[in-house]
Amino acid sequence: MDALTLSRLQFAATAAFHFIFVPLTLGLSVMVAYMESLYVRTNDEMYLRMTKFWGKLFLINFTLGVVTGITMEFQFGMNWAEYSKYVGDIFGAPLAIEATVAFFLESTFIGLWIFGWNKVSKKVHALSIWLVAIATNLSALWILLANGWMQKPVGYVIRNNRAEMVDFMALVTNPYGWLKFSHTLLSGYVIAAFFVMGISAYHLLKRNKIDFFKRSFKMAAAFALFTSILLFIAGDFHAAEVAKSQPTKFAAMESLWETQKAVPYNLLLIPEPENERNAVEAVGIPKLLSFLAFHDGNAEVKGLKDFPKQDRPPVLITFLSFRGMAALGMLFMILSIISYVISKKDKLESNPTILRVMLYSIPLPYIAAQLGWLVAEVGRQPWIVYGVLRTSDAVSKAITLSQIWVSLIGFTLFYGLLGVIDIYLLTKYSKKGPDDDLSSIVKMSREV
Amino acid sequence: MEFQIIWFILWGTLWAVYFMLDGFDFGAGILHSFLAKNDTEKRVIINTIGPVWDGNEVWLITAGGATFAAFPTTYALMFSYLYSALLIILFALIFRGVAFEFRGKVDSERWRKAWDIAIFIGSFIPALLFGVAFGNIFQGLPMDANGYHGTLFTLLNPYGLLTGVLFVLLFVVHGALWLSVKTNGDISTRASMAANSVWYILLIVAVLFLGYTRFVTNLYTNYLKNMAWFIVPVIAVLALIGIKLFASKGQYLKAFYSSCLTIVTVVFTGVIGLYPNLIPSSIDQKYSLTIFNSSSSIYTLKIMTIVALLFVPVVIAYQIWIYRIFRHKVTGENVLKDSESY
Repeated sequence: MDALTLSRLQFAATAAFHFIFVPLTLGLSVMVAYMESLYVRTNDEMYLRMTKFWGKLFLINFTLGVVTGITMEFQFGMNWAEYSKYVGDIFGAPLAIEATVAFFLESTFIGLWIFGWNKVSKKVHALSIWLVAIATNLSALWILLANGWMQKPVGYVIRNNRAEMVDFMALVTNPYGWLKFSHTLLSGYVIAAFFVMGISAYHLLKRNKIDFFKRSFKMAAAFALFTSILLFIAGDFHAAEVAKSQPTKFAAMESLWETQKAVPYNLLLIPEPENERNAVEAVGIPKLLSFLAFHDGNAEVKGLKDFPKQDRPPVLITFLSFRGMAALGMLFMILSIISYVISKKDKLESNPTILRVMLYSIPLPYIAAQLGWLVAEVGRQPWIVYGVLRTSDAVSKAITLSQIWVSLIGFTLFYGLLGVIDIYLLTKYSKKGPDDDLSSIVKMSREV
Repeated sequence: MEFQIIWFILWGTLWAVYFMLDGFDFGAGILHSFLAKNDTEKRVIINTIGPVWDGNEVWLITAGGATFAAFPTTYALMFSYLYSALLIILFALIFRGVAFEFRGKVDSERWRKAWDIAIFIGSFIPALLFGVAFGNIFQGLPMDANGYHGTLFTLLNPYGLLTGVLFVLLFVVHGALWLSVKTNGDISTRASMAANSVWYILLIVAVLFLGYTRFVTNLYTNYLKNMAWFIVPVIAVLALIGIKLFASKGQYLKAFYSSCLTIVTVVFTGVIGLYPNLIPSSIDQKYSLTIFNSSSSIYTLKIMTIVALLFVPVVIAYQIWIYRIFRHKVTGENVLKDSESY
């Protein structure tokens, strides 16, 4: 394999690994902050127990999210030096801003939250987890504005052999970035809600700390209901933006070869990219694809054949990932509605089937999120910056093949090890359930 | 003032603050296996940096981000040229971060021992390699129009290694002083003894470094052009002596502030000598990466300056606030009592 392929593999591996931890962090921080606020308001120790238990699981994840994030920042320079030189004038800014306005806040106040139980008042303590939650979400915003720029470059000119920023506000208000942010953020919320529901379901099946886990489940189900519906709506708007600004990605997502008007949506579709057609197209819903793309049933949608071969993304991966993600998204809505209704009616204990389904559903939103990234990043190929810079022109010239092999293997082994330890710890602490002994924190109630 | 110069100063400041803060984390991490006699003492040491190490490390992320945004060409070439070295630093930092969080999560001696090794490696290796990297930047890298002509082992030259050792010793003394202030009883005594004795080795290495620098780098050129700049290395030397003066009087907090000042002025001694280069070429000056030939556009630098002016003071304010909240000494008693401590 060449340096380009290896560097792409390495970036994919490190990004995918980073993105196992970050989405849970996005959602769980908000849920834990909400739990702690309930504790501050009601003084009900149950909420304090919830804060501690879910907070501990949050922390195990948080650490890995942070440390793998360092890798992401430095890889642009290490493996993608030509990219960094060419677009650094624009792309570096959101990364630096993310560190300054968000990452500092998050990493400083997580320390106060972990170690500050007896050092600051209840309110300040709850405030610290809110700051962590806000900062985590703000972090995602700046990163996704940076990614949004790679998807839809705005506010720049080509000057001095590179892309130079001329309109910072265009980058900040880039609709692509905001849609990507909304969609990604909500996917993180759904991941967190399913995580909490799944672990609660495990304990409810075991009839362990029923009151505690019923309350957790109920809260997560409400969160899931709300966010999975919003996620679906955000996804729809996002797809429409893709159709508008990245026609090749959209055509690959739908495996559409010929440019057509009033395009139907085929429920059953098997692409045959080597012959530039689909082997099977069946069960079509008239005009639906046109509607999804442009919110107009008669609109014309560009097919892949309208673009030169060297400008088309890999069709099969993009298509399958998109279908998988969308199908899972539907499933999440259905499961959320069922979970919400059952927990609202207080019938959780008499429904072991749904509890079991929810337990085994924990990995599904993770899979959906990874598929989403495949659509976004593979679908953008062969461009690293859509229409501006090809991925093949972006890779570092100074590094050798053996260096990348060593680092790729190193990352795989190292991250694999960390992943195993993480799952081990998460399982251990999830199974253990909440602590009954609050003596070390309850002191906190006397104001400091 | 030109925006490139503002960003050069900021770039130096970010690195200086990073080394000042993560420096005592590294020092404490290197020392924790040597100074602690039992697990409780190890936990005390780890918990002195527990609440702050994460916030400290972000100064590195910001230094990296600022290099990317303000000097993208330097960012691109430096990180691809120093690929292998940086990779090792990354692995070490990741290892250290998870070690803090995971060490106390399983009640097993073998588990904790394994993470103790991770904490040591994760603190020692970055301390050494950051020094090696800066030593090589001071000397210049063998680069010309065709790129970089060297390997990982090119970096491990005597001057680079000497700078690495200098960094390690600076951080060990810095960390030992931190521990003398933040703990009490036996550990505190052992930490102050460590600070006092390692200081002599640090002094010898610092003198060697200053002398050696004269022969293998062009750092002194700027100073000879404008003698007033000598004030910075002079402060560095005075602060280094101050460490010992305060420490021998038992004033460890003052000695710690003195070592903060030493680290900051040592970094700036290098930074002033580098100007206007970010990475000099050791082959020919015309291939050097300067703040002018590798910077972003003025527009981007302006935007970034506004962001930095607005937010960096806020960051400094809340970090100081957090340090104040955790200003008390960490004892074995409160570590064992607190279910949240590492």
